[in-house]
Amino acid sequence: MIALTVNGKKVQVDVAPDTPILWVLRDHLGLTGTKYSCGIAQCGSCTVHLDGEPIRACVTPISVAQGKKISTIEGLNTKVGRAVQSAWEKLEVVQCGYCQSGQIMSAVALLAKNKKPSDADIDSAMHGNLCRCATYQRIRAAIHEAAKHLA
Amino acid sequence: MSEIKIVNESRRRFLQAGAGLTLAIYLPTSHAAPVAAATGKIAPAAAASFEPNAFVRIGEDNTVTVIAKHLEMGQGTYTGLATLVAEELDAAWSQIKVEGAPADAKRYNNLLWGQTQGTGGSTAMANSYEQMRRAGATARYMLIAAAAEAWSVPAKEITIKNGSVSHAASKHQASFGELAAKAAAQPVPEPEDIKLKDAKDFVYIGKQAPRQDSKPKINGSAQYTSDVTLPGMLIAVVARAPRFGASVKSFDASKAKAIPGVVDVVAIPHGVAVLAKDFWAAKKGRDALMITWDESKAFNLSSSELLDRYKNLARSPGTLAHQSGDAEKAMGRATKRLEAAFELPYLAHAAMEPLNCVVKLSGKQCEIWNGEQSQTNDQNNVAKFLGIQPEDVKINMLYAGGSFGRRSNPGSDYVLEAVQIAKAINGRAPVKMLWTREDDMRAGQYRPLFYHTLRAGLDAQGNLVAWQHRLVGQSILAATGFKGAIDFTSVEGAANLPYAIPNMLVDLHTPKYPVPVQWWRSVGSSHTAFSTEVFFDEVAHAAGKDAVALRRALLQKQPRHLAVLELAAQKSDWAKPLAAKPGVRRGRGIALHKSFNSVVAQVAEVSVKPDGSFKVDRVVCVVDCGVAINPSIIKAQMEGGIGFGLSAALSGAITFKEGYVEQSNFSDYPVLRMSEMPHVEVHIAPSTANPSGVGEPGVPPIAPAVANALFAATGKRLRQLPFQTKDLV
Ligand code: FES
Ligand code: FES
Repeated sequence: MIALTVNGKKVQVDVAPDTPILWVLRDHLGLTGTKYSCGIAQCGSCTVHLDGEPIRACVTPISVAQGKKISTIEGLNTKVGRAVQSAWEKLEVVQCGYCQSGQIMSAVALLAKNKKPSDADIDSAMHGNLCRCATYQRIRAAIHEAAKHLA
Repeated sequence: MSEIKIVNESRRRFLQAGAGLTLAIYLPTSHAAPVAAATGKIAPAAAASFEPNAFVRIGEDNTVTVIAKHLEMGQGTYTGLATLVAEELDAAWSQIKVEGAPADAKRYNNLLWGQTQGTGGSTAMANSYEQMRRAGATARYMLIAAAAEAWSVPAKEITIKNGSVSHAASKHQASFGELAAKAAAQPVPEPEDIKLKDAKDFVYIGKQAPRQDSKPKINGSAQYTSDVTLPGMLIAVVARAPRFGASVKSFDASKAKAIPGVVDVVAIPHGVAVLAKDFWAAKKGRDALMITWDESKAFNLSSSELLDRYKNLARSPGTLAHQSGDAEKAMGRATKRLEAAFELPYLAHAAMEPLNCVVKLSGKQCEIWNGEQSQTNDQNNVAKFLGIQPEDVKINMLYAGGSFGRRSNPGSDYVLEAVQIAKAINGRAPVKMLWTREDDMRAGQYRPLFYHTLRAGLDAQGNLVAWQHRLVGQSILAATGFKGAIDFTSVEGAANLPYAIPNMLVDLHTPKYPVPVQWWRSVGSSHTAFSTEVFFDEVAHAAGKDAVALRRALLQKQPRHLAVLELAAQKSDWAKPLAAKPGVRRGRGIALHKSFNSVVAQVAEVSVKPDGSFKVDRVVCVVDCGVAINPSIIKAQMEGGIGFGLSAALSGAITFKEGYVEQSNFSDYPVLRMSEMPHVEVHIAPSTANPSGVGEPGVPPIAPAVANALFAATGKRLRQLPFQTKDLV
């Protein structure tokens, strides 16, 4: 049994300790907003926050999360989170949407640390998040928009 | 007998709908007697030709549910279809909901594809434009009739605006929900009584109608195939042959079965499936399988060998795809001749959601959950395999995390695989089959490898008088049973070049190899636009003419192309020199291409560093896609198409070594990242023509536009994709 906190709720999961956080969230906790796409930390679709830091859930074993706090797209309820989501909606960022949970989690982590990111800051913070629909231009604009809103 | 079935079906559906206090509108598509929604009865005389289509449901809770017959895989179909209904219904955008249609080609066929339901070829808006507006207008007509009856006022004095029905003189006002029950009892109007709006009265078309799928996609609630969970469901991961054409000789599952969570291991036609309680156990089980493959008949060539064979083929004439004038003779008389060859690799679709499918078997029924792009084809293939009726294959259409053509496979490859697994365990549990990224990358169904040679002849005045284009590449349509001499998807964009060139010849070689190939966003145009538009630039350069001026001169009979070209030249400041930047060589290039009935021009600006690495700084894109239903989505599709095409041009290539695919994941099949995305500026050319595609037409021009820009910056011609930056040093 591994005990952790997910989106503010304490949970215990009975899984092999090498199981990546991603599959515990998806297959055991029913939190399917976090997506699988590469499984090798190349795409960022599976980005969640572990004690506030963005991590790739597909390569992080659940044992690492023992006693820690995970937050996922479903639990995003911070001021920054809401600002990012509403900027995303306003600028119509999503296309297929599959990468967007991960994009949003990375963007929220960026804005939590850097209130006014430059284009270069955005490029580097979002470098690990792929979008095959190439929504990048709108993601960039939406991050600026959210920053403006938060200022 | 099928008519009777339809009657019963609509009646049954009406009764269901009635119980839920909803109004179901059934639309006749042909000039035939309509069905009365109130009774489900059809005028007997015309029953045989009546085909009901259900697209709109209005609930007493005032919700207008639009039933979308097309898959939402990112291109905005749910929003576009809802826009058309809302427009003619004069609904409030906030009351619209969209629901994916079930698989039923009788009601939900793609009108451009005959009796086939499916999404692709950038046809969603083109085939639905009138149909969905009529669906909305019919509902509107019945709501007005209901209000007229309720208020005892003439129908023609009743107006609907923003979801509110009112009669000014009597000050009556009602919502759709309040009128729903009464509207359901109104006769469905005759098609000829339905008058669609004049474009000048549009409130949603061409304006802002926010995406229907934004909210669920930003809060994690959108349901993709990968998210489906059913009671007792098992997760399946499959081991497939490492080379095309290989098969399982024998396997040992003991190690796999020993992994906690693994429930079963079964053989299926193309491999071995491991079923487990969760993905992680299934994948560990799959990796622990010991399989001996029979590779005696497997494809074992390397990419370089294939290319050599293609080059060899290109030395002799192929099957004629287009001929006008006498290209050979004109070439002989030309005072200047140009010749070039182009190489384009196999490409994987690599949508962010790897392929997957959920299947539940019960008796003679099969239920599927899928980001479903090809309902009718998948129903037929699954039914054939299971020995059941196609209509007993029920398909739930979920969001797809991208597709770019991949989810519509003529042989239903991945759907059938999931069904085979469910069958192999005798349907004792629902199965969610998940492909890993590596599975997805290596399973073939690629954009085919192509080799093109082009020749052009100029006369003494520098006029382009001869054009010869030879293409070598596998046929995509062969997998559909197509047996003709010319697969038009191999030559589209090349055999119908828009330029007025007096003597042209296009021919094609179609070699057969076991590498499975499939339509990839923009299909033939993904390679023909590159070779033709780069070569055209070479011709302009050789003739000492400006690339825009030469296009203009040869497009005088193509008004749509011409308008798009002029707008692109204007918006990109083509006539003004590009501002210099220290430390880089800069250049600008243009490409113009029509695909899926839309014309797109792109002007790319590049900065090239001394080491040959470069950045595409800006792309000005002009699109003529007929009536612009949703400008924000059209722009998004151009941005996305440019990113997708650029990704392939910069780094996309599937290669083979002795039959093995050399790529496996985004580590060795890199796709475009944030920092590589150019600034894209989209301009929509005004048009009153029927809407045409936007999902694909943004892709073809970007690679040639960038290649032409790189030439302008460096004087080096890149004719191979992906670009080799070492060639720019
Ligand atoms: S799925 Fe985790 S980074 Fe791609
Ligand atoms: S929106 Fe489709 S992958 Fe990003």
